[in-house]
Amino acid sequence: MINSISMNYIQIKNLSKSYFDIDALTDFSIDIEAGILFGILGPNGAGKSTLIKILATLVEPDSGEVFINNINLIKNPRKIRELIGYVAQDIALDKILSGRELLDFQSDLYHMKKKEKYERIETLINQLEMNDWIDRKCGTYSGGMKRRIDLAAGLLHLPQLLILDEPTVGLDIESRNIIWQLLKDLKNEGMTIILSSHYLDEIDKLADSLVIIDDGKVIAEGKPALLKNKLGGDRITLKVREFSTPEESQKICEILSSIDGISQIVINKAQGYSINFVVEKEKDLLTKLKVELAFSKFEIFSLAQSQPSLDDVYLQATGKTLLDAEISMTGKRDLKKESKQSMR
Amino acid sequence: MELKQYNLNFLYQETFALTKRLFIQLQRRPSTLLAGILQPIIWLFLFGALFSKAPQGFLPGVDSYGNFLGAGLIVFTAFSGALNSGLPLMFDREFGFLNRLLVAPLASRLSIVLSSFFYITILSFVQSIVIMIVSYILGYGWPDFYGLGIVFMTLILLVLFVTSISLCLAFVLPGHIELIALIFVINLPLLFSSTALAPISFMPNWLGWLASLNPLTFAIEPIRIAYTQTMNLELVALHAPYGDLSCKSCISILFSLTVFSLIIIRPLLNRKLN
Repeated sequence: MINSISMNYIQIKNLSKSYFDIDALTDFSIDIEAGILFGILGPNGAGKSTLIKILATLVEPDSGEVFINNINLIKNPRKIRELIGYVAQDIALDKILSGRELLDFQSDLYHMKKKEKYERIETLINQLEMNDWIDRKCGTYSGGMKRRIDLAAGLLHLPQLLILDEPTVGLDIESRNIIWQLLKDLKNEGMTIILSSHYLDEIDKLADSLVIIDDGKVIAEGKPALLKNKLGGDRITLKVREFSTPEESQKICEILSSIDGISQIVINKAQGYSINFVVEKEKDLLTKLKVELAFSKFEIFSLAQSQPSLDDVYLQATGKTLLDAEISMTGKRDLKKESKQSMR
Repeated sequence: MELKQYNLNFLYQETFALTKRLFIQLQRRPSTLLAGILQPIIWLFLFGALFSKAPQGFLPGVDSYGNFLGAGLIVFTAFSGALNSGLPLMFDREFGFLNRLLVAPLASRLSIVLSSFFYITILSFVQSIVIMIVSYILGYGWPDFYGLGIVFMTLILLVLFVTSISLCLAFVLPGHIELIALIFVINLPLLFSSTALAPISFMPNWLGWLASLNPLTFAIEPIRIAYTQTMNLELVALHAPYGDLSCKSCISILFSLTVFSLIIIRPLLNRKLN
């Protein structure tokens, strides 16, 4: 299915895009290898959708360059469109058409031959388990059905590169599992897949490599396991009070800094100035920590120990968890305005 | 050359698919088609009846008011349909369906515009033919073969002209509410300030000027000639305050307006679609 492709199948160089006063992407650069599932992780409003829309040729960047399979996206958008399949965050189906009619329509937009398109449509109907409802009007579909038909539309022409913008948001478990399995199968067949998500487990389970975005910038990039391993040992979340003061947290940070084997200390303001840090494995540092805190007249309110996750990678870079970033963005975004801005 | 043929086949395939989609929508939601036919028929009955007892010779060159009104309503039907042609595109923009088209490697994004033109032209023709048949049944006449050609040519020009404006508005305006509001504002005033319902000689001077500059008038008058006389392009169709205009002149003005509107909207469509 896939042609011979260079190692860096996608090269994104110094990409910037702003909408009036909002910088959606700033000097953004990453390379993506061929045949992998590449995750784009970040909270809502981080710039994921803007990046995806640029890759799908729907939005033109203010500056920077993008090459897909050595084709300049800005200069040759039509050639890029032949290579890509795009599954948008907001599912846009024609409610009047049946699922089969929609796929038939879509295949004509990709200039597929009659025999080829009917075979392909049947294959996808079976693959995505759509037989029972494919001839019903799209307006009657549930969220999961809509997502599956949308995904099928993106895959009709066997694209080299599949771009998915938060494809499992709000989906039932059955639909999500079907989509996850399909993505794994497609990757195994050699398709390059870009998947944006703000679900940590999704990216952690599916992605071979990922970029974490915050505020339109790359904050971490690499294989999930490597990024987590970079954090070192176990992750500890410490609270000496349910809601500490900044001064108190600062004092604790100083105590922690003095203990050999504790690193990457971060104050999490959104979680009541709790302290996050990494302890080296195979050292009994927690006993020492308790002694030091007691010496400084601090009592432990709570202490949680966990394996490092991608959320910890995000926390390490930004000082907040993904969930906190999501919450802080809620209310700040004017979704109506953003929708108008993205309308052609 | 081979490449051109290749692209032409693709253009045909995608334009056909886009047009087919619009007709499937129409088939499953035929209310637009029915309303577009019913409204002018109701007008034809009501207005025809309103002036049925008007004295003989009340309108120059026609037997009855219905005979005069037919041309106006045919044009109005085509005009209304074309004015609404931007709505499906506006809904596609608003609901994100347009992005599905823009992400596809279309041979030319002109196919999006072409499909709207084809759809509205065929729809307007169907509606107009129904109005013409009803007019004929009511005894308001039927154009000769040459006249029929002029009727359809005039309608095509009008539909192209108005559709291009409507598509342009569909890209410029922020949403369908604004587009519908504008259609409301434009539709009836343009009808009443044309010669659809009354000749210029019945109008006050200022309205006569307005009517003789109204694009609808340039479509109505040649069709009226086709209905009331043996068609001849040299016949005077419009007694405008600035001078008499023949059928040929009216059609030429309409043609110029259509070409002008297509030239004007091209940069906007290029910017929005590329």
